[in-house]
Amino acid sequence: MMANHPESILQEEIIPLSLVETGRSVRLAFINGGRELRSRLADMGLVPGMELRVIRNTGGPFIIAVKNSRLALGRGMAQKILVR
Amino acid sequence: MHDSRDSITIALAGNPNSGKTTLFNQMTGHRQHVGNYPGVTVEKKDGFCRHKGSAIHVVDLPGAYSLTARSPEELAARNFLFDEPPDVIVDILDASNIERNLYLYTQLLELNIPLVIALNMSDMAKSRGIEFDLKKLSQLIGAPIIPTVAHKGRGVDELLDAVVSTAKQEGEYKPAPINLGRDIEKEIEKIQKLIVAENTLPAKYNPRWASIKLLENDPEIWGIVSSPDLRTAVNQSVARIEQVFGDHPEIVIADQRYGVISGACQEAIRLTVEARHTYSDKIDEVLTNRILGVPIFLLLMYVVFQFTFTFGAYPVTWLENGFLLLGNFLRSLAPNQADNILFSLIVDGIIGGVGGVVVFVPNIFLLFLAIAILEDSGYMARAAFNMDRFMHKIGLHGKSFIPMLIGFGCSVPAIMATRTLENRRDRFTTMLVIPLMSCGARLPIYTLIIPAFFPLAWQAPLLWIIYLIGVLLAIGGARLLRATLLKGDNDPFIMELPPYRLPTWKGISIHVFERTWMYLKKAGTIILAISVVIWALMYFPVKEEFDRDYEAESAQAEALFLDGLKHIHSIVDMEVSFEQFRDELEDHGGKSEIHHDESMQAFQEILHDIRNARDSFNQTIQQENIQEKSLDFVHMERMLDSTLMEIERRSPLLYSAAIQYLDELKKPFEEKRREIERSKHAEKLSYSMAGRIGRGMEPALKPLGFDWRIGTALLGAFAAKEVFVAQLGIVFSLGESEEHSDALRAQLRREYTPLTAFCIMLFCLIAMPCMATIAATRLESGSWKWALLQLVGLTAFGYGVTFIVFQTGRLFGLGI
Ligand SMILES: Nc1nc2c(ncn2[C@@H]2O[C@H](COP(=O)(O)OP(=O)(O)OP(=O)(O)O)[C@@H](O)[C@H]2O)c(=O)[nH]1
Ligand SMILES: [Mg+2]
Repeated sequence: MMANHPESILQEEIIPLSLVETGRSVRLAFINGGRELRSRLADMGLVPGMELRVIRNTGGPFIIAVKNSRLALGRGMAQKILVR
Repeated sequence: MHDSRDSITIALAGNPNSGKTTLFNQMTGHRQHVGNYPGVTVEKKDGFCRHKGSAIHVVDLPGAYSLTARSPEELAARNFLFDEPPDVIVDILDASNIERNLYLYTQLLELNIPLVIALNMSDMAKSRGIEFDLKKLSQLIGAPIIPTVAHKGRGVDELLDAVVSTAKQEGEYKPAPINLGRDIEKEIEKIQKLIVAENTLPAKYNPRWASIKLLENDPEIWGIVSSPDLRTAVNQSVARIEQVFGDHPEIVIADQRYGVISGACQEAIRLTVEARHTYSDKIDEVLTNRILGVPIFLLLMYVVFQFTFTFGAYPVTWLENGFLLLGNFLRSLAPNQADNILFSLIVDGIIGGVGGVVVFVPNIFLLFLAIAILEDSGYMARAAFNMDRFMHKIGLHGKSFIPMLIGFGCSVPAIMATRTLENRRDRFTTMLVIPLMSCGARLPIYTLIIPAFFPLAWQAPLLWIIYLIGVLLAIGGARLLRATLLKGDNDPFIMELPPYRLPTWKGISIHVFERTWMYLKKAGTIILAISVVIWALMYFPVKEEFDRDYEAESAQAEALFLDGLKHIHSIVDMEVSFEQFRDELEDHGGKSEIHHDESMQAFQEILHDIRNARDSFNQTIQQENIQEKSLDFVHMERMLDSTLMEIERRSPLLYSAAIQYLDELKKPFEEKRREIERSKHAEKLSYSMAGRIGRGMEPALKPLGFDWRIGTALLGAFAAKEVFVAQLGIVFSLGESEEHSDALRAQLRREYTPLTAFCIMLFCLIAMPCMATIAATRLESGSWKWALLQLVGLTAFGYGVTFIVFQTGRLFGLGI
């Protein structure tokens, strides 16, 4: 889906979600957390490879779009989610 | 058409906020509580309906994202499905967010129970440009799909048709769980075979499902595995999967499920326009703005209280007048029966107690209305989001904020709502501080006290401040708990934000009427009972011998009054006899009637006019809140003077007699009579059981500025907070002919200082959560330990805070 987007081809390094700017779409690479947390996030749709769109990243909590739902994350959480 | 089966049981399952309860209400005609944020239903609810001859038993389950029971509410949903398997599960999907919603469906498929899908919110999906090929989707995922719009009742009949026909083809149902991929299916098969062979797991868990749960490391299922062979086999499988995929099985399985869903959706769903959530995102840009979010939230709360207070004031007055009339009417039935016991029970105990609580229904109603609008519109989840940063600092996260907000309505559902918190420490901390969120039942206390002691301009801000103090103390308390008893790491915050919706009338009205009704029911049952008990405590034992000779004092005052009256009679120099003069004045209270004697009539008129002029002066001063010595005040005074002069000009003699009568005779006499009445009443009361208990507590309450009468009222407040008001009403009215809140306020003003009044509110806010709250905490925490900690801790805390405030206030001479 993102293949024709030049930046996404270049940008192959993995960064925490907290560094992704508002409006950008990324794919989930890995969640840096305990087993329980990861499975909880998986239930909410956060599995590796899932496309995430950052709706808001302006300090404070974080809003992302996963499929058709909006999830609010704490900052700490956004740091644990690694994307590419 | 008749059905051979007696009754079909169906369970409504689905993600949080997908519309299960709305659908449940549509099916059963019940009035369950709905709300536009996840986790409104925290325990299952039952209902019945009939559809084309079939009786259907409907169970509304709490929402869940998956069957991995992490929070107690998810566990409740899952346990139900195993312990009392329904004939059909209706999986309610939010059509506008179908991919994520189908995830739960893929797990439900493994339960071996027939499924029907309600594609709910299809109106929203449509307006967002999502198009479904229902036939294809149904084929791909293997269950009938019925589009519904729950809040409009659309599709409910068709859904029930599908449910009934699915239930009837029992036996033919072939579950087709989705394929989890070769590697995983291989491991599942191995474990499954072992489970079947060993047969040590409870039969209610089907082997495939149990195998998957074991691979997924589900603690509940692991807990019931006794066979070491099975454990080893599972561990080996897990190791193999981890080796192949480089991740835990539960992640791999989830990934596989999403993959299958995604494939199905790509084939059967088309997005015609890219309009998802756009309006919601726009609104969120403002309402959850980093800088504006919190101020907007605080402002909204302020508006809510302003609204509750100002709009509620009118109907409250009407109700008060209604009860006043009722009391007076009963009194007029038995004019000389003030000491009659049955009479006292009805008028003072029941009307005084229950009426005192019922009059605040308009306030309660408005508060619930405001909360309902915030909930149904979807704002509540944003409030949690806005507060997250802040809540983080106190060791909780934004999600705890929702139960706390519900606490503004009533602590009991708020404590129940803590079930949505997955983390035990979060849950307990939130539960323990919830009573500090000032509940609706405490509102009557403030609405009684604030207008009695504080000028109009301060009233709404003061109410807001009281609530704010509660919030701040809750924060402090939570922090303390997280640093001591409930130490531990923060749970990371993640929460779904539902799209904003226009609240529906039906949703709001169910919500508001249900809660208001609960309040009224409480007034009709618990509070009625408590009022009677407390009345009895205050009535018995009856005092026969009084310290002062009230009869003689009354007679003396009466004689003095008559002497004065005689004097005035001699001044006015009338034709009418003294007896006639007295009867005219006292029996008709100065109201003008047709008199044969002209000067008598003139005197009456002058009295009437003076009273009128003074009353309207006082009324204006009070209504417009004019400060003494202000320019307006002086102006008003001049107007009064000139009106009086006008009256005087009509007859200087009668005027001076009238003034004398009013100010030097009537007023002191009435005051004396009231004083006697009150002292007698106080003596009776302090002799009674309640008085004795109250006085027993007085030494402890004195440092807070409370006397024994407040002590007796606090006793009632422990039973239910709103009883405090009823109680004060009874304390101050037993034996007196007043029931009106305004009269009670006047009494309070005479007896207490604004500082004491503030301390009363403070104490009621913090200390002694009501019995129902304690019971709820006991239930939710699962032990008396936490419930007692809450009771004792908050009471001690409230005592300390009130003590400091009162003593400091006194030291600086504030409000005394
Ligand atoms: N537009 C639209 N709104 C709906 C529909 N069905 C329900 N709603 C609204 O969605 C919100 C959530 O409904 P609930 O019935 O409380 O959801 P629930 O699934 O019971 O939620 P939990 O109890 O939290 O699991 C309410 O505001 C409903 O009015 C629908 O078909 N269309
Ligand atoms: Mg519900």
